[in-house]
Amino acid sequence: MKKLIALIICLTLCLGAVAAMAAEPAKVKIGFIFLHDENSTYDLNFINGAKEACAKFGIEPILKTGIEETEACYEAAADLADSGCDIVFADSFGHEDYMIQAAKEYPNVQFCHATGTRAHTEGLSNYHNAFASIYEGRFLGGIAAGMKLNQLIAEGKITADQAKLGYIGAYTYAEVISGYTSFFLGARSVCPTATMEVTFTGSWYEPTLEKEGAAKLIANNCVVISEHADSMGAPSECENNNVPFVFYNGSAESACPNTYIVASRINWAPYFEYIINAVANGEAIPADWTGTIATESVLLTDLNENAAAPGTAEAIAEAKAKMEAGELKVFDTATFTVNGETLTSYLADVDSDAAYEKDTEVIADGYFHESEFRSAPYFDLQIDGITLLDTKF
Amino acid sequence: MRNETKREPLFHITKRSVLPWYKAWGIRGGAIVLALIVCALITTLMTHQNPFEVFATIFKASFSTQRRTWVLFQNIAMLLSVSLAVVPAFRMRFWNLGAEGQMLVGGLATAACMICLRDVFPNWLVIVCMVISSIVAGAVWGVIPALFKAKWNTNETLFTLMMNYVAIQLVSYFIIVWEVPKGAGKIGIINQSSQIGWLPSIGGQKYLLNIIIVALLTVVMYIYLNYSKHGYEISVVGESERTAKYVGIEVNKVIIRTMILSGALCGLTGLLLVGGTDHTLTTSITGGRGFTAVMVAWLAKFNPIWMIATSFLLVFLERGAGDISTNFGLNQSFSDILSGIILFFIIGSEFFINYRVSFRHASKQEGKAHV
Repeated sequence: MKKLIALIICLTLCLGAVAAMAAEPAKVKIGFIFLHDENSTYDLNFINGAKEACAKFGIEPILKTGIEETEACYEAAADLADSGCDIVFADSFGHEDYMIQAAKEYPNVQFCHATGTRAHTEGLSNYHNAFASIYEGRFLGGIAAGMKLNQLIAEGKITADQAKLGYIGAYTYAEVISGYTSFFLGARSVCPTATMEVTFTGSWYEPTLEKEGAAKLIANNCVVISEHADSMGAPSECENNNVPFVFYNGSAESACPNTYIVASRINWAPYFEYIINAVANGEAIPADWTGTIATESVLLTDLNENAAAPGTAEAIAEAKAKMEAGELKVFDTATFTVNGETLTSYLADVDSDAAYEKDTEVIADGYFHESEFRSAPYFDLQIDGITLLDTKF
Repeated sequence: MRNETKREPLFHITKRSVLPWYKAWGIRGGAIVLALIVCALITTLMTHQNPFEVFATIFKASFSTQRRTWVLFQNIAMLLSVSLAVVPAFRMRFWNLGAEGQMLVGGLATAACMICLRDVFPNWLVIVCMVISSIVAGAVWGVIPALFKAKWNTNETLFTLMMNYVAIQLVSYFIIVWEVPKGAGKIGIINQSSQIGWLPSIGGQKYLLNIIIVALLTVVMYIYLNYSKHGYEISVVGESERTAKYVGIEVNKVIIRTMILSGALCGLTGLLLVGGTDHTLTTSITGGRGFTAVMVAWLAKFNPIWMIATSFLLVFLERGAGDISTNFGLNQSFSDILSGIILFFIIGSEFFINYRVSFRHASKQEGKAHV
């Protein structure tokens, strides 16, 4: 009997140990490359996601900040691979070429890159792109802006014709175009007379230029501002001039308590968890991964009641529910025109090539299929109602 | 007439006569040790890490893997290359602060050949064009301030400095012209798949060619400066233009000739950066080397052989500082702080090499050496 008990105890212990071992995932080593440091709202959003995901797995990430979109990125990626990382991640569009270069050199290391466009055509099994359907988040942010316009009209501060939005963009390629267009469509879905002006800075992080951009838009009588660039330059200018704005990447409530309405952001933690799991389990990572509202990759920050128009939260919740049910498409072709015409067909440049050849039909079932043929946005139409002030970049 | 007993100041500073080289390097070594101690102290205070781990990190940043050692030597080669380029000008007291711009236009010419000629010429001819055009571009950028100096005696320091900004604007413009994809504001890797215009790698080591070229350049520059007629003329002009004129040296000719050489070598460095390793063009591709080169050359007393040591030192410490901030989870600015501390001590040590500080009580025993 004693023997039996001893045997049972032994077995349970063994089983327990095995179970414990099985439950403990192999420690994955992951290295991150960031274009700027935590002073950039864009990079901070990635850094927070990285820390959050790694904390869940109990792993210590290696973070390299301030890595430029040059040979420095290749050197950082190769160095991380060399020092035993299973996954190397880079966060900026311009990092892509260098990540591919490193991926070719280290076939056993997974290279993941946010916002890039080349993974699905490059044919490397260890190079992957990721993005999220942030245009949905920006559309919801746009609704908050549109509600604000309606409030200003109702209060008699502006007429319906003066409902003009302003937007500060970094560059003039698809990622930014997709962003400001979805924001505008969101606003116009609640305020039909809305128009928008867009100015560009030619840099992802240039506080002075972003501040000047905001000042220019405010001088042009834009009454609600949003942006796609990474510093606090524009928000601080808006706060100083008491102009409400919708932010990107994270909350600005503490710095701009009176004018900050809401922000949309990509939550990268789900993607990081996904790739860490995939590597731990030896599963392949797809060439393109697009996070959605459903994967909690696209989030809105808490609404700032001081600045938001009454009813904003309800309007956003309603649109979000419709979006999740598939009833509301951001780029519904019935909601916008290009040169006065409604589009029924559009070839987008999905497969990157030197000649920018348009290669994929992206309009079907009455809407533009964004981020479906690859993760990074390819909506690059100039729709009516938006005025580009400068397109030198 | 008052005849007060004059109280001597606490200490006074006197110019030293030339120190023997081993003493000078002793002072420099001491400064570096002090700098490292201060760096370790600050890092320890901020991260509560063992200071020896800090030193280990500095060392590991350059030597823990083969790749890191290669990158170390590549960075030394690039810094040394620019330093070699500016040293002839410095020897004749022509302060060429335009190495950044001269490198950039060299890189711009290289990139232009890689992009515009890739469909026109075979690879070898593209490379020949790159070599010629980058050297010519650098030389032109260097000779413009020299011509103005020779003709109208303009200030070369300001002129060369301003030419940097012109070069940066020029490069920014062409980045927009050649950007991929349109609107993204960056060129990316040029000819990534065809590799047209990429300088060949020797034995599979992409950095080896650059290192060999710069090593050869160092020897040639040493001989040129110390054993050639040109080198002698440069030294005489640097010592005194009047003496040079008196002995029949055409000063303007020497200035122009030397600046052509200086600019051409900067252009060559641009070629090595763009064609050899980076295969892209950005406004920051020079990495501030044109200015760091001033320090490399100055610390080495304009001696090309000593410049190997000074550029090694600067690159080694800078890479170490960069890794400290990564490994201990600190902001990248922290590595700038550490680099700043190190540079402060190194530059400060030059003061103690050139000047003697004597304290009040010590001044009674005149003639005793104080280091």
